[in-house]
Amino acid sequence: MSDVVEKTLTALPSLLSLDSQPGSAKLSSNSKLGNLIRGITELTSKHEEEKLIQRELLLIKEQVSSPNTTMRQMKELMVRAIYCEMLGYGVSFSYIHAIKLAQQGNVLEKRVYLAVSLFLNEGHELLLLLVNTVLKDLQSTNLIEVCMALTVVSQMFPKDMIPAILPLVEEKLNHPREIIRRKAVLALYKFYLIAPNQVQHIHNKFRKALCDKDPGVMSASLHIYLQLIQENPEGYKDLAPSFVTILKQVVGGKLPMDFNYHSVPAPWLQIHLLRILSLLGKNDQTSEIMYEILDESLRRAEMNHNITYILYECVKCIYTIHPKSGLLEKAAKCIGNFVLSPKINLKYLLKALTYVVQQDPKLALQHQMTIIECLDHSDLIIKRETLELLFRITNDQNVTVIVEKMLDFLRISEDDHTTIDLVGKVAELAEYAPDNEWFIDTMNTVFSLGGDLLQPDIPNSFLKLLSEFDSVEEDKKLRLFAVNSYISLLQGDSSKLPQRFLQVICWVLGEYSHLREDLEPGVVVRLLAKLLDMKSSSSETKCWVLMAMTKLCPGGAALALVHDVSETYSSSLDTMLRQRAQELQILSQDSELQAKVLPRSASMEPVEVDSSLSFLDGFVSEALAAGAAPYKPPHQRQEELSRSKLNLEPYGLSLPISISSCSITDRQSPTLLSISSGLSGDSTDFSHKGSTALKLDGVKRLWGRDGYLAQKEQTEEAPRIEAASAVRSADQLGDNNALNSQTPNPTPSPECDQEKQQLASSLFVGLASQSTPAELSALSHSKVTLLFSKQNLDVSACHVQKEDSVVLVVFISNCSDSFLHQIRLQVDSEELETEEYGAMWLAFSHDTKQNLTLIHDGRDPLAATLDVLKRKLQLHVVEIIVEAIVACCLQQDQPCLMHCRMHAGMLAVWLRSPVPDLPDCLLYCCQ
Amino acid sequence: MIKFVLMVNQQGQTRLSKYYEPVELSKRAALEAVAVRCCLSRGKHQCSFVEYKDFKLVYRQYAALYVVVGVSDSENELSIYELIQNFVEVLDKYFSRVSELDIMFNLDSVHIILDEMIQNGHIVETNKSRILAPLTAIDKMADG
Repeated sequence: MSDVVEKTLTALPSLLSLDSQPGSAKLSSNSKLGNLIRGITELTSKHEEEKLIQRELLLIKEQVSSPNTTMRQMKELMVRAIYCEMLGYGVSFSYIHAIKLAQQGNVLEKRVYLAVSLFLNEGHELLLLLVNTVLKDLQSTNLIEVCMALTVVSQMFPKDMIPAILPLVEEKLNHPREIIRRKAVLALYKFYLIAPNQVQHIHNKFRKALCDKDPGVMSASLHIYLQLIQENPEGYKDLAPSFVTILKQVVGGKLPMDFNYHSVPAPWLQIHLLRILSLLGKNDQTSEIMYEILDESLRRAEMNHNITYILYECVKCIYTIHPKSGLLEKAAKCIGNFVLSPKINLKYLLKALTYVVQQDPKLALQHQMTIIECLDHSDLIIKRETLELLFRITNDQNVTVIVEKMLDFLRISEDDHTTIDLVGKVAELAEYAPDNEWFIDTMNTVFSLGGDLLQPDIPNSFLKLLSEFDSVEEDKKLRLFAVNSYISLLQGDSSKLPQRFLQVICWVLGEYSHLREDLEPGVVVRLLAKLLDMKSSSSETKCWVLMAMTKLCPGGAALALVHDVSETYSSSLDTMLRQRAQELQILSQDSELQAKVLPRSASMEPVEVDSSLSFLDGFVSEALAAGAAPYKPPHQRQEELSRSKLNLEPYGLSLPISISSCSITDRQSPTLLSISSGLSGDSTDFSHKGSTALKLDGVKRLWGRDGYLAQKEQTEEAPRIEAASAVRSADQLGDNNALNSQTPNPTPSPECDQEKQQLASSLFVGLASQSTPAELSALSHSKVTLLFSKQNLDVSACHVQKEDSVVLVVFISNCSDSFLHQIRLQVDSEELETEEYGAMWLAFSHDTKQNLTLIHDGRDPLAATLDVLKRKLQLHVVEIIVEAIVACCLQQDQPCLMHCRMHAGMLAVWLRSPVPDLPDCLLYCCQ
Repeated sequence: MIKFVLMVNQQGQTRLSKYYEPVELSKRAALEAVAVRCCLSRGKHQCSFVEYKDFKLVYRQYAALYVVVGVSDSENELSIYELIQNFVEVLDKYFSRVSELDIMFNLDSVHIILDEMIQNGHIVETNKSRILAPLTAIDKMADG
């Protein structure tokens, strides 16, 4: 884009060294600024610099206040002062002189007007002194003076003085020179920003500026309109056609040549207009008039790789306004192409993809490989943007993988702000928790990584979630799991755990450690006491520890410990800590009172609280009668208690975590998830074996002129389940669905691709919608369950009840938009060793048992039956041991293990698989 | 929105700084030091954008000089990247082959140029000849 200039600039490093600089010769050697700069550049240490600048400042101070200093010298002094301030040294003494200079100097010296805008910020009291000068200059006949005055006004002006100069500025809107009109508009923009009501009456003048014959004035007015439309999009719908026309003219190259930047017509103006259009078109039919020009912009961006910054804005606009499907797809495709580019800055367009997937997560499928590539990128910011994108497409099926990626990032991130942001996101995603263990583990990681930077509402809502679970059974499991996990954490090295996490741990142990029956309260108390002794524990944490101990209140040996602890802390300087210690002391001695105050069984029931404390009325009146001072609420009292800090009701705030999503009513979902996560990481024993032994069929996508080319066609293995007559119809349905041409065409692809594809399938699972074909929709059928998905293919199954039969339907659907040319269906059997079989058998959870009749055809009935099964199910016999037969059936990379045993003339068959529906399906075929 | 524009050399010396949101003088030096460290630590294979606190830094290197612009998260970073180039091209046009020294010795002129281009954190002019018009007019008066 700007490579040419960049080259010229970088090719001249010699110019940038100090000695051979012609520019330095321009300055007279006795120029004071020159001396200063030279002096500074020669310095080596910060200390020397400080000394030099202090000397310089004294000099300046002396000269500015001297009456003999000419205005010309004053101007130079101001530049030196600016220089010193830039280096971080306060020069407030010179502010007043800068204003004086602006008042008294001639045009040439006035250029230090700029000093005023550098020195003072809005609201500075000295600004008032500027009003007169500005007034005078605005009335000047000298254009430069007017210009400078307007420039200062459009950067800062005292709010209250606007009416004084407003008429003059308004007048300038009709000035014959465009530069004055433009600056007047910008000054009005400033007025609008600081005091919108002051310029309310001149909105029609804004319109006039928008229609100005000069493009510069028009684009200046866009600043005002962007602001106005942001605040009230409804009020300016009528302007939409005008903005569209302007954009058309700009894109069409109707502006004068000098507006071009690297032969692109006014790119920043285009961006500005696109922003306005996206605001106007949001959820609105006016968008229709924008489609044409957006399409044109896209077309140009596609041709010219140097205007991706406009493309970004264009895509953002397309995805903000009322959607038009064709345009959406085009924009998504266009962005995808650029993200693939090796140019690193173009990868950043990934940020635009975030808008794309927000609108339609399915579009992420098209770009899954791109996204994966960016996720593995070495540049953290690219990674970070990718996570942002993934965050928006998270669902309950890919949550484990995405959260894992986020936590990985968190472990290497050093920036506090990023950590806070990501930790919040992970906590939010925990909403999709597939099971208790995962939820607790994830939250543990969140607490340990987030440390004390954590937003306080995260632990609060976590505790709230724990305490308010609705299903009793699940509830208990979750709490028990939390207790176990915390006990083991405390048994380890707990000194590294952040305070917030320790507080959560204390609360949970205090409330729920009784759920674990084999656990003595004394053990817990001892673990908690360890926390008290740690140097790093804050007194807030200690309060939580004491509260937990109060709830636990053990008997026996630990009681002595509790006494020690309460003894120690009841003399603590921290009032809160002392309070807790005394509570502990009293309650531990009186178990009856303890049971009353902290009833264990009724912890779920709301405690009725007499908030008016009416039972104390007698006591109060007695005390008052005895001459006690009446009670004053805390805010009346001067003393600030730290009481407000410790929240006794720590679960007030809530994240929108829906509790029901954590309970597992659907027994299949967690297992489905465990497959996908297992596939993504090759650490899992099984998936590793599976992927190395399997034919590495897959797609290698290559980048071509027309976009993404699927050059080597996708090959896909899927189970073909042939069965009795009832199932045959299902097969036909499957055929209708996707399998038109079946040509064997295995293309082995590199291992890393395979890994990426597995990652992709686990990341993007659940984005494609699953629907039953029309033929079946009328019949009653079970929920369509996704058996597995790979790349762009999903294989799912459901039972359908027909009039005379139950049919198992297997769907093979293409969830991407790319056309699949060839699909090969095959069922692969996998050679397995007996030991491996044993290991896998234990690993799989879904167990189905069925008795089958043996086939008697003269031979060994066992062999005959197995032969049939072998043919039908494509299974592979691992080993036959005297009476137990171990057989195995591996399909694609979703294995199903079968274990048979002859028993009383029947063949007992057990099937196990990580895919919940597979054993059922297969058994169905066996019958 | 643009929060600040910096010109810093490889040694970490600030050559130009302009803030569009009030930042205390005492905090500026620290911010500038971190910004330049962020940019220096990045290689050619990394993109020109860095996340820093709740905003982003967009930077471009010209010989030993870095131009660093801090922008809010909602800003189009790529367009700021081009804006830096435009700014440098304008400087190049005015000083005819700009160098670090030109910027140091003509701090006021560079500020006038920047004020023409960016105001209140928004891009207000990008047309090179229009940006330079007021400054050249002043220069002419000085000469004449």
